[in-house]
Amino acid sequence: MVVRQWEQAEVDRVFAALADATRRDIVSRVLRAESSVTALAEGYDMSFAAVQRHVAVLERAHLVTKHRRGREQLVRPDLGTIRSAAALLEEYERVWRGRMDRFGQILDEPPTEGDHS
Amino acid sequence: MTVISATPDTDARTLTIVSEFRATPERVWELWADPRQLERWWGPPTWPATFTELDLRPGGRASYYMTGPEGEKAGGWWEFVTVDAPRTLHFDDGFADEDGRPSTEMPVTRAEVAIEPVADGTRMTIVSRFADAEQMRQLTDMGMVEGMSEALGQIDHLLTGD
Repeated sequence: MVVRQWEQAEVDRVFAALADATRRDIVSRVLRAESSVTALAEGYDMSFAAVQRHVAVLERAHLVTKHRRGREQLVRPDLGTIRSAAALLEEYERVWRGRMDRFGQILDEPPTEGDHS
Repeated sequence: MTVISATPDTDARTLTIVSEFRATPERVWELWADPRQLERWWGPPTWPATFTELDLRPGGRASYYMTGPEGEKAGGWWEFVTVDAPRTLHFDDGFADEDGRPSTEMPVTRAEVAIEPVADGTRMTIVSRFADAEQMRQLTDMGMVEGMSEALGQIDHLLTGD
């Protein structure tokens, strides 16, 4: 697995965008199904304009894309960026899983054998 | 399986790893406290770690380097914050150059290790804290070196969580 290099500004935008609970919720909703801004706005106790601003923050962070269909604005997830954000932590997780696997292997050695290096 | 859960939290910038072992807390603690045992698991087989210093008390430091397949070296240091055998170990975890001098550019993470007895062994919970998103990026870039050589070496089965 290869994680692409991120520019610092890009990383900051992504994590700043995801730091807000409403925006995380918007991302998880559009991951399930693309949705119009109007439909999204109905799900939150805030104004249409406020939801639109949240979507704009997500769009600038490349976490979602907006498309026009007739009079509607459809919001879709940007899977590349979302996967990369998750992959950052997954890499680190993999290092620790490797360590814990080796840790367990040492503990499973016969106790009287000691260090057999 | 040793690792029973791994929970990355992007917002809190933590990674929590929970493992259970068929061993006593005292035996689990030994794998942190004894440098010869510690270096058998800290680095992957392709980048084995050598600990040159391990002063396991609050304020004490550890130094190590890892040796890559081409003989290249990557250094690291720890500084212990809380040491309560065999239960609690908190330390800062940073990078160093080949000669063990701490890097001022590379990030430092805080590792919080909690060891507790459970019905048939010991549970160890490790919370790894990143200071900010940029640190996280730097660390995962570093981790890639380790993680990828590891993946090539031996551990396909580890990568398939579900």
